[in-house]
Amino acid sequence: MYRYDDYDQAIVDARVEEFRDQTRRRLAGELTEDQFKPLRLMNGLYLQLHAYMLRVAIPYGTLSGRQMRMLAHIARTYDKDYGHFTTRQNLQYNWIKLADAPDILAQLATVEMHAIQTSGNCIRNISSDQYAGAAADEVEDPRPWAELLRQWSTFHPEFIFLPRKFKIAVVACEEDRTAVKLHDIGLQIHRNENGEAGFRVFVGGGMGRTPMIAPVIREFLPKENLISYLEACLRVYNRFGRRDNMYKARIKILVHELGADEYRRQVEEEFLHTQTLGLDAPAEEYARIAAGFAPPTFETDLPNEIDRSDPDFALWLDSQVAAHKAPGYAIVNISLKPIHGIPGDASSAQIDLMAELAETYSFDELRITHAQNVVLPHVKKSDLYAIWQKLDAAGIGTANLDLISDIIACPGLDYCSLANARSIPVAQKIAQRFADFERQRDLGELKIKISGCINACGHHHAGHIGILGVDRKGEENYQLSFGGSGAEDASLARIIGPGFSEDGVVDAVEKAVTVYKSLRSDGERFLDTYRRVGDAPFKEAIYG
Amino acid sequence: MKILTGNDLISGDVVWWTGSGWSRHLEHAVDVDGHGEAIAAVEEAARRVNASYVIQGEMTAEGPRPAHIKDRIRAVGPTVRLDLSLKPADPSVGEWVI
Repeated sequence: MYRYDDYDQAIVDARVEEFRDQTRRRLAGELTEDQFKPLRLMNGLYLQLHAYMLRVAIPYGTLSGRQMRMLAHIARTYDKDYGHFTTRQNLQYNWIKLADAPDILAQLATVEMHAIQTSGNCIRNISSDQYAGAAADEVEDPRPWAELLRQWSTFHPEFIFLPRKFKIAVVACEEDRTAVKLHDIGLQIHRNENGEAGFRVFVGGGMGRTPMIAPVIREFLPKENLISYLEACLRVYNRFGRRDNMYKARIKILVHELGADEYRRQVEEEFLHTQTLGLDAPAEEYARIAAGFAPPTFETDLPNEIDRSDPDFALWLDSQVAAHKAPGYAIVNISLKPIHGIPGDASSAQIDLMAELAETYSFDELRITHAQNVVLPHVKKSDLYAIWQKLDAAGIGTANLDLISDIIACPGLDYCSLANARSIPVAQKIAQRFADFERQRDLGELKIKISGCINACGHHHAGHIGILGVDRKGEENYQLSFGGSGAEDASLARIIGPGFSEDGVVDAVEKAVTVYKSLRSDGERFLDTYRRVGDAPFKEAIYG
Repeated sequence: MKILTGNDLISGDVVWWTGSGWSRHLEHAVDVDGHGEAIAAVEEAARRVNASYVIQGEMTAEGPRPAHIKDRIRAVGPTVRLDLSLKPADPSVGEWVI
């Protein structure tokens, strides 16, 4: 893993001390809340429904056992013994005291972590593929580029006050686990006809109140020009992005209003200039960063066979374990979606356990997924049974990856001051309705995503089944939509009809699933069947 | 009735105006009538509360109840973690929230 150099550490330490002084001044009355609010937000500290919430950045979703243990320590010491993993591969604490926040940030800094770029109209924490460095089909590990972008964007003076927040994802596979086309900028490393690796650049995707799939703005960008090209993309946005209406300020609106061709023309024109400024990282600097992501020393001649004699283990194996590029190794997906649990929540004991498993079995690496699960990326197949036993004993051995109970849900009205309706209880009721794992496996891949407001933190636009909570005359109401995908076949879900009560939406999901079962062809997922047959049979079953 | 609520500046805890100070317990909330904004201005300036605002509510036999679900959830805690509420041992806590 990449380790901070002296410069990285110095700026994070300096930021902690700056925030400590700002907090002292706020508590002493030298700063009003209006003055202090933007300062605390720049350090990830929000005021939510019940308390302050601290959002900790986990760059490109990668962290070590030591860092994971620190997250558990903070949950245990300063919060209520748990944390919430988010759809941005971050972690949120829900019960932070203002006076404790500087000490928490100081402790995070000791393990090379911070909460910078988790709020505000800046370039946010860069996200990436949770299988990076382990996937068999990746062109290369995308994380050195994500780390380069982290360093480039951290405190970038020109982009600290953009029209709106800005999210970048980097992936290096055709199979997209990052929702790359639903980001402000999505970078996909691929090979051109000459076999050279470079970036396919998507610009102007996003969810929120105006969901859009990003168009390709450049089919092939030489890797060495990444920074100067992104500078050009951001400069055009910074110059022409709307600042008069926050709901129309994201880059997707600019790209849509200009049209992809005109936006591309302006970027290329600016790129001619930015290329001359010496902005791109020197090759030796990229090599220094990339060295931090050198593959672990995988053992050779390991057995590929796995003893499947324990039937519960075999079920978990089939659901949670993915192919690894190294023979004898596997990728383990840890579900944070137990049937009666809260999507993305983990107790400090569970977080500690995952850290221990990473240290013992996975070259000290963990990944957080945008689907609110955790990954051990490099595990010997011969260790899988021991890992499963420990996970199962800790309540995180559920075998439901990408099944109907593996639901993405934002914190919703249970925690979030922006939310209009609760998300978590709906997720729990659906999971309980389909608790029978045989039934779940029969239904196959079915991604339900739930947001408690139009901001779409629960990615409902990208759900095979999307659910959006709204406030209808003071009552929670849930809109149902079908047909979304955040994967390589990206699409936006369409609202199916009038909304439902909390129980009503669970019933409607079950009716939709019944229609799918009756109409599916061999091998078709829910999404495939819906795309083939359209709305009509689903509407008929739900509203008819 | 009109209820004045906010968050404690230091802890962030949800608090309710009692007529003479702030309480973490909704049952201590009083009707601020038309004085909520004035009280809030004084209290925020004194750094005793943060992000305060006036909400609609009603006085019931069981005590004051916010009109909107958002503030009822604030009064109790996350409906999915009633063990974290102010009365974690009371199985009836939150029955009136939804």
